[in-house]
This record gives sequence, structure tokens and C-alpha cells, in this order.
Amino acid sequence: MLQFLLRRTFGAVVILVLLSAFTFFVFFGAGDPAAMSCGKNCTADNIALIHQNLGLDKPLPTQYWDWLVGIFAGRDYSIGHCSAPCFGYSFATKQDVWSTLIDRLPTTASLAIGGAAVFLTVGLGTGLLAAYKRGSLIDKVLTSISMVLSSAQIYILGPIALGLFVYSGLMDSPKYVNFTSDPAGWFMGLLLPWVVMATIFTAQYTRMSRSTMIEQLQEEHVRTAKAKGMSSSYVFLRYAWRGSLIPIVTILGMDLSSLFGGAMITEFTFQLAGVGRLAIDSVITLDLPMVLGVLVFSAALILVFNIIVDATYAFIDPRVRLS
Amino acid sequence: MTSPSQTAADRSDTPGLGSGGLKKEKKGKGGELVGRSPGQLMWTRFKRDRTGMICAIVVLAFFVIAALAPVISALYGKDPYTLYGSDDPNLLDEFGYPAGPNGGISPEHWFGIEPQLGRDVFMRLVYGMRMSLGISVAVTLLTVVTGIIIGITAGYIGGKTDYFLSRVIDFLLAFPSQLTFVAFMPVVVALFVPPGDETPTYVRVCALIIVQWSLGWMGLARLLRGQVLSLREREFVEAAKITGASPWRIIRKELLPNVVTPVLVQGTYMLPLFVTAEAGLSFLGVGIVEPTPDWGALFQAGARFYENDPTFLLIPAVAMVVFVLCFNLLGDSVRDAFDPKSGR
Repeated sequence: MLQFLLRRTFGAVVILVLLSAFTFFVFFGAGDPAAMSCGKNCTADNIALIHQNLGLDKPLPTQYWDWLVGIFAGRDYSIGHCSAPCFGYSFATKQDVWSTLIDRLPTTASLAIGGAAVFLTVGLGTGLLAAYKRGSLIDKVLTSISMVLSSAQIYILGPIALGLFVYSGLMDSPKYVNFTSDPAGWFMGLLLPWVVMATIFTAQYTRMSRSTMIEQLQEEHVRTAKAKGMSSSYVFLRYAWRGSLIPIVTILGMDLSSLFGGAMITEFTFQLAGVGRLAIDSVITLDLPMVLGVLVFSAALILVFNIIVDATYAFIDPRVRLS
Repeated sequence: MTSPSQTAADRSDTPGLGSGGLKKEKKGKGGELVGRSPGQLMWTRFKRDRTGMICAIVVLAFFVIAALAPVISALYGKDPYTLYGSDDPNLLDEFGYPAGPNGGISPEHWFGIEPQLGRDVFMRLVYGMRMSLGISVAVTLLTVVTGIIIGITAGYIGGKTDYFLSRVIDFLLAFPSQLTFVAFMPVVVALFVPPGDETPTYVRVCALIIVQWSLGWMGLARLLRGQVLSLREREFVEAAKITGASPWRIIRKELLPNVVTPVLVQGTYMLPLFVTAEAGLSFLGVGIVEPTPDWGALFQAGARFYENDPTFLLIPAVAMVVFVLCFNLLGDSVRDAFDPKSGR
């Protein structure tokens, strides 16, 4: 297990270095970042100053090396010292990229955790019910609803939900409040985004859990268990369920990594200041250090979740060997 | 997968006959001698699937409407850019919202008019669909071609090439896709346009295609690599090798026909994903921007005015849900038609 984790972590770090290098060279090599960050009324002096301040007058590989070293050891700018995980300073807000990210993370994490809780419960619940009652009216209704909902988009359902609940005065506008200071406000503030987000994701889990469950129920070991006289609900939950977990864990890992990396469309629709919103705003203002920071952060999340998912396989299915 | 065994049987009937035997067999395939080809079988099965047929017609209608947008515009007598609201002050009320009920739907303006600017919603939707579908079709075609090339190369050549290509795929899969689309859009645009200049629409279209294409092909490539890895060990490929067929011929005549099914199925699943992704980018304001009509941009404007004019959002929304739903159902039908064993 330890060996597996070490090996995969090493691989992930290599990919992250390559990814950040690629992004860095594209971002800072494609145009003059100083001219982009300076805005429209920019004099040559200003540009020269920015170049000097941000170390943009050095060759590109040196700049990347400085950036990379900055993440682990911190870095000194003319505006001051930037301590250990230093991803540079934003062009737009002049804030430290890392602290801005950490600032935005609770919103995104709350959105992801709450949304995942809703779509997992509802999605797996309906999927299992549909598989259990396969061919019945309930099955057909659930499958059709999930088919239609999976074709909807957050940017369609979001405004409609806002219209039904917020503009009509039933609820306050969605907002993020700190969980520790006001749990009820946190819950109510994020309820609408959770439900809308979960509506889109649920459909996928309903379909997936239904089809894998049906597959599992036709397996030999499930039939044997039934033939031994075990109750069908016990066989359903104990034997077939375990077998159907692998594909579900796989997509759950993918979904969670993308949600934690910033649910851009949800955050944009509901005006929530999370990581996704930060990414869009910084792309529109061409705030390259910030975009780079968010991108590397999200890629790291994807890789971490990949490792977690692969490790989970071994717990679900003892036949899976990690090495 | 019925085709590999069939092809294998076809091929093994004429071992060692050389090109003459193969040619004769090719002729027979078109005629009545060999029976129905896999394609014909698929078509018969598909025709029996009522949902599939209806969805195919609906999807086709969307593409026809999108393709014929200029014709529709000429017949309908309006275009997506004219500010009808300022030409006729009765169309919009003093707050800039459509004066008529339901977003100003009237025989003049079938789907109502846009709040504030007063453009025709029907025309904006038709042209917006044309833009979104055009981009998505281009992305799908490029993705499929790239996926086939990389997948077959990696699977067939194997060895170091395979290792290298697989690492490239791993690397690209680590990019968070939606975020990367958003992040690289301005950079790709900056490659074509010097900073400060106005960005022409075609540049944005190209940038959208490039960005989505470069992160879209890995799934298909990986799938095909796996298929080809197992196919190349099959007897019919071995037989072709022994008869002296060139690698190019083996790829073209033995391998490609056997990966048509996954390619078609994946392609039909991919296209609606690209449509919604493209619309998502325009919704976020990094895709196609005003005044060019685009499906996603309509949602952005629609969300802004939803409180006072819900019709403006609901019309493009219904169109998109119908399109995506039908395309997904079509994808299922295509899969079932090709592979009758896959019970849903």
C-alpha cells in the first residue's frame, strides 16, 4: 500500500511539473504578460517596471524555475516576500495567488460536499430502486426522468430555480456563510445550488447504478447466494451492491475532482465566489498567475482523486492488487 | 462486436489467394452472394427501433434548420442583428422589456423579441444553433479523426510508440477539461490577434474548436488503442501479414472496418457533450461574444433577464434539452443497432 502510494505520488508530481511547465510556457511565451496586465492606458515605462518587478525580463526557463522554486521555498519580490507555497502575485488584484485560492476554497468545498451528498443519496437510491423493481412502472418512470434531467444543463435549471424560489421571495439569494459561525445559514444559503447541481449529476448515478446492479444480479455468485436461500434483499444489498461499486467510485472520483476544482457554471449562475468564479474572472482580466495557480491546483486535485479512487478499488474488490 | 468474427470468417475463406481472391470477395460483398453486410444489418435493426428513428428525425431537423439559417432568414424576412425594438417603439415597454405577453411572441416575431436590444429571438436562436452545431460538428470530426489515428498507431505499432503516446494521453487527461478550455481560450485567441485589436468572430470560432479538440480526443484514442491491441493478435490480421499485406493495408482493410462501431457510437455520444460544453463556454463569457448569435450566449442573456422575461430563456432552453435528449437516445439506439447483445 505504502509503495503504491509513493509510486503514484511520484508519478503525479512528474505530471504536475510537466503540466505547469507547459501552461507556463504557453501563457508567458504567447504574448507579453506585462502588456496584458497593464491594461489599455499603458506607457512603456510602466511595462518596463512590471517586467522588472515580476522578473519577466529573464529568459522563460529561468522564470519557470523561479516559479517552481517559489512553490516550495518561497520567493522574494520587490513588493515583499512571498512565503512558502508561493504561486506568485495576481496581476489584477496584486494579491498573493495562494492565499486568494485558500480564501475561495471553503465556498467551493461546501458546494462540492453538499452537492455530492445530495446526488449520491438520490442517485444511488433511485438507481437501486429501479434495478430492484426492474421492468416495473417505477423503473420506467425513474429511468425516463433521469434521461430527461441528464439532458438539462445547470445554466438552464439554475435561472429557472432562481426564478421559482428566489425572485418569487420564497428564499434568499444563494450565498456562502462560514459553516462554523452559522451552520443553518450555511445550509440555507447553499441549498438551492446543491439541489440544482445535484439534479444534473443525479441522473448519471441513477443510470449507472441501475445498469451495473442489473449486470451484477445476473452474476453467478449472486445466483448461488440466492439458491442457498438467502433473502433477496440481503443478496441485493450485500452481494450485488458491492460488485457494482467500482464503476460508481470511478465516476464519483472524476466528479468530485472537477467539483473541488471549481464548479464554474454553478458558481457563475448563483454568483458564489468560489474557485471556479475566480478562474473565470481571472481569465477575463488575463490575470495569468492566478489562472496558472487555479489550473495547477485543479490538476493536482484530479491526480489526488485518481490515486484515492485506485486505492479504494483494493478495499472494494480484494482481488485487485495495487502493485 | 459481431464484425470481427464475420470479417475473420470472410477473410479465412480465401487464405493465400492473394489480391485476386480478396478483390473477388469485395465484389461479392456488394451483391447478394454473401448476404447482408454488417452495415445493412445495423440499418435493419435501427429501422425497427421507433425511439431511435424519431430521435434521428428530430436531430436531423435541428441540423437542417441550422444549415438553412440564411434561407429561413430570407423566408421569414428578418435577420438576427437588426434592432427591431428601436425601429418600432411599441415592441418594448419603457423598461426595455417586450411589451407583448410571453416575451412579445406575435405573428411578426414567432419566439418574441430580445429585452433591451429588441432583436428577433427566433432568428437569434436559429443562427445561434448554426454557430454551436457548426463548432461542435467540427470538433467531433477532428476528435474522431485524431482519436482513430493516435489510437490505431499506438495499438498497432506498439512498443515505444505506444508507451510514448499513452504517456501523452495520461498527461493530457490530467488537465481539468472545462477549466483548461476557459483558461486557454484567450491564449489561443492571442496567437492569432495582436493584443488591443478587436477579435474577429472566426478567430474565436477557431480558438473554440482548437481548445476543445486538443483535450477531446484522448478518450476515443485510448479506447481504440485497446481494441486494436487485441485485434492485431487475431488470426485474420496474422493471415493478412503472412500473405504479405503492407501495414498500411492491414490498418485500412483489416483494422479500420472493425473499429467503425465504437467510433460511431462514441461519436454520437460525444457530439451533444461538445454542444453543451461550447454553450457553457459562451455562457461563461469566454466563447462566442456579442453581437454574434450563439446558443450559449442566449442562455447568458436569458439568465440576466429571467426575472422579468422568462420566455427569453425558456425557448432556447427547451430547444437545447430536446436536442441533447434526442441525441443521447439516438446514441443508445445506434449502440443497440450495432451491438444487439448489449441489453439495456
